[in-house]
Amino acid sequence: MPAYIIRRLLYMIPIVFGVLLLTFLLFNVVGADQAVYRLAGNNPTPEILDDIRHELGYDKPLIFSIDSQFVTHVKKAVTFNFGKALDKEPIIDKLKNGVPYSLALTVPMFFGIVVTSVSLAILAAFYRGTWFDRIILLICVAGMSFPYLSYIIFGQYFIAYKYDLFQIYFSPQRSIWSNAALPILIGIVVGIGGNVRFYRTVMLDEINSGYIRTAFAKGLSTRVVLFKHLLKNAMIPIITNTVLTLPYLCLGSLLLESFFGIPGIGGITLDAIESRDFSVISTMTFIFSILFVIFNLISDVCYAFADPRISFD
Amino acid sequence: MNEDNINSFQRSSLWHDAFRRLRRRKFAMVCFWIVAGYFALAVFVYIAESIDPTMSAINWKEQLGQGMEYQRPSLCSVKTIFGTNFLGQSTLISTLYGVKTALAVAFAASVISIMIGVPLGAAAGYFGGVVDDIVVWIYSTLSNIPWIILVMAFAVVLNDDKIMGGKLSGEPGVYLAIGLTSWVGICRLIRGEIIKRKESEYVLAAKAVGCSNSRIIFRHLLPNVFHIIIINFSLRFVSFIHMEVIISFLGLGDANKPSWGKMISAASSELTRGIWWEMTAATMAIFVLSLALNIFGDALRDCLDPKLRMER
Repeated sequence: MPAYIIRRLLYMIPIVFGVLLLTFLLFNVVGADQAVYRLAGNNPTPEILDDIRHELGYDKPLIFSIDSQFVTHVKKAVTFNFGKALDKEPIIDKLKNGVPYSLALTVPMFFGIVVTSVSLAILAAFYRGTWFDRIILLICVAGMSFPYLSYIIFGQYFIAYKYDLFQIYFSPQRSIWSNAALPILIGIVVGIGGNVRFYRTVMLDEINSGYIRTAFAKGLSTRVVLFKHLLKNAMIPIITNTVLTLPYLCLGSLLLESFFGIPGIGGITLDAIESRDFSVISTMTFIFSILFVIFNLISDVCYAFADPRISFD
Repeated sequence: MNEDNINSFQRSSLWHDAFRRLRRRKFAMVCFWIVAGYFALAVFVYIAESIDPTMSAINWKEQLGQGMEYQRPSLCSVKTIFGTNFLGQSTLISTLYGVKTALAVAFAASVISIMIGVPLGAAAGYFGGVVDDIVVWIYSTLSNIPWIILVMAFAVVLNDDKIMGGKLSGEPGVYLAIGLTSWVGICRLIRGEIIKRKESEYVLAAKAVGCSNSRIIFRHLLPNVFHIIIINFSLRFVSFIHMEVIISFLGLGDANKPSWGKMISAASSELTRGIWWEMTAATMAIFVLSLALNIFGDALRDCLDPKLRMER
């Protein structure tokens, strides 16, 4: 097991390198001129352009040198010293301030989505073929088709503004939970659609198998069969899929944070996109992908606990 | 071409068979016609615009009524069925124009992602070795960056950028961003399928008669996995449309033409003043199209490949 984890950690190195290479290509090679011109304002003279280039380090050689742009780029990422944003605040401070808010939003959202959709999927699979199953499926497909932005905007307008059930906008005086309640709720509603559909097919594969029939035949209660026997066996696809939902959580946190004014890393990213702050976007891409790689690793390790047959050689 | 021939006395190909099964599903066919209607509309807007951009049916700039103000939805004229926006421009025409924007972007993005994903996946699966390692490295790097961040990073960089002399802005920036980032799924699928099939007899036979590698891949292997591409394409299309909406909502799309994302962005701040129609029109347009595409895509998948499990 430890050997496996170490090998997986080593396998992260080329991936992280790839991410760094990609952000470098995007922001230092393709987007460099754009950043310079944006900072320079209208009708820049060549001297001003050169000054800005010098300040941002774009005048250095790209790769083949000790202090080349790529080396600096990698150095920044490895030492977690990402430099400063356009508003002169160090990016690392922005991150530190943002992470608690983002976690308060995404962690409940994540568990909410998994718990609700797995339970709904079990019910749908148990009542397969009936009107209940069909209605759940229809709602899921309809839910997947409804645009994300409309969920947020209509949710904010009707639930928070018209009926005044939740806070409309973030305010630092209130507790984080009362601020985050509605965004979490919207995030869960959005996330359920695709997940229930997927888990339902997983459950259907399992529910027709022999051990379920045996469990019913020896007189176990429906609850025990569904939530102990069925759920345990369906665990592996569920674990894989929860990792697949993470990017959607990411999207959720991005848009939700900006609409509800929550100062998390998603909101920071969107602000950076609006102001075209390349160094912040590049850092966020890196941070999000590191998180994603780590979550992938965690899910692979979770396999071992879910399925004792999987060996790690 | 497939195993179905053995069981059936009629001469029927995979496609023939699939369409026969598909036609029996009435609800899926309704959805197909809805999607076809959307596409016809997009083509109509495209042709009408290239002939005469000021044509009354597609001229979204035209101001209805006097002055710049909102008009509530009314049945007095066709153009004000959905009301107007704050400039007095018809919401209906903007929504219809949005069909063209969304479908053009989603279609171009699909074509780009298939053009990259399929050959790379096929090459990786067929040749193996170093080629495989490199392709797998590239796509696992891309797939480890959350899609949304990646698309946005691409869209930001490709927006208003000068690449190789030409200026890139608006729509091309959006579909390049989506296309260049979304080929991973199809690439992975094709690679897996090719690995599974490259040892089969028909490939061996093709090798034995001296076919070149490219001929084996493009004439023998790819036609046999073509249905997978179609299924992937039809299900992916919806997410491309939603992506386009979000990107243009963020102001990274074409600033001079109506799109659903821009309508939502303009309407979201006006909702509290009771201006509900613009938001609703855009939402419903997206909702109906995605619902029809989702249902039709599922039916198509079931008909073309009953064995293939839903991947998401």
